[in-house]
Amino acid sequence: MSTLFTRRKVLTGMGLLGLGLLAGCDNSPKLNFKYGKDLSDKIMGRTFKLKNTQGETVTLSSYRGLMPVVFFGFTQCPAVCPTTLARAAQAKKLMGRDGEIMQVIFITLDPERDTPEILDRYVKAFDPSFEALYGTPEEIAVAAKEFGIFYEKVPAGDTYTLSHTATSFVFDTRGNLRLGLSASLNAKECAEDLLTVMEVC
Amino acid sequence: MTAVQHLKRTLIGLSLLGLAAHASAQVQVQVSDAWVRATVPGQPSSGAFMTVTADSDSKLLRVASPVAKDVQIHEMSMKDDVMRMGPVDSITLPAGTPVKLDPDGYHVMLMGLTGQIKEGDQVPLTLTVENAKGERQTVEVKAAARGLDGMAPGKMH
Repeated sequence: MSTLFTRRKVLTGMGLLGLGLLAGCDNSPKLNFKYGKDLSDKIMGRTFKLKNTQGETVTLSSYRGLMPVVFFGFTQCPAVCPTTLARAAQAKKLMGRDGEIMQVIFITLDPERDTPEILDRYVKAFDPSFEALYGTPEEIAVAAKEFGIFYEKVPAGDTYTLSHTATSFVFDTRGNLRLGLSASLNAKECAEDLLTVMEVC
Repeated sequence: MTAVQHLKRTLIGLSLLGLAAHASAQVQVQVSDAWVRATVPGQPSSGAFMTVTADSDSKLLRVASPVAKDVQIHEMSMKDDVMRMGPVDSITLPAGTPVKLDPDGYHVMLMGLTGQIKEGDQVPLTLTVENAKGERQTVEVKAAARGLDGMAPGKMH
């Protein structure tokens, strides 16, 4: 039996005793996820500084108390970006009331074409709570590097498309990176792992 | 009207126009489940998806649509959770094998959209298919626009 399972059992017991809330916080450095990758020991994604679609500067600490789910993409992306955002919206619904603390943050990798107006309409078409962040191409490059995101422009006729990393990065409510969700997972699998992140507060 | 129905209509129309003799050399192309992803206002591009089946070995050479200034065929692939994207010259259509253009592989990129695509819109697409002898023909398809999440209207949102 894994240590996590044991801990869960203990926590359940505590919860039943009404001691759940305080004692339930888990500061352990490792988490066992069923589907995603545990990133608890990775130092990444902490210092991004970008703008939201209202033009306000935001950092990771702007989302304290929420569970940020960060995904990099671009609105002219035909497949993986809308699929990932739709999956996040569905996972949020599957989580019920717990889903309320989930904050999807879509960071554009195409700041030259994705205006704040288009970005805002785009992410909100999936869920009104979703946020999009943008910056100068240099600021985006710094943020992408922080997360180890690969991206490159691919010529397509007179214009271009982008190749990019499709992982969603999940932080706990204290701003510790916890989980990487690959594009191959479905909404239900994501929801299960997201609930595991929530157990650490 | 589904894409298949529309295609059948087109084919019937063509025969009625006395082009039937020509049809012997033609590839029978079936297009099903054609859909386009809706856009938000100002979004300059979108993707179109469908399943194409040809009755003899052929190629999908290009796609055109009045809703976009530039239409390209792209291929998406995933490796180590990195999504790679890029244009391809054509898509091989082996005889009798349904070839899927879906968000996990090939798709049609509608670039330079002339306006917003709204859920439920019928987007005309013209497919150019080339048979093994190098003869070309076009197939008209109407693709229904689904929501940005790819869900058909009326399904779970």
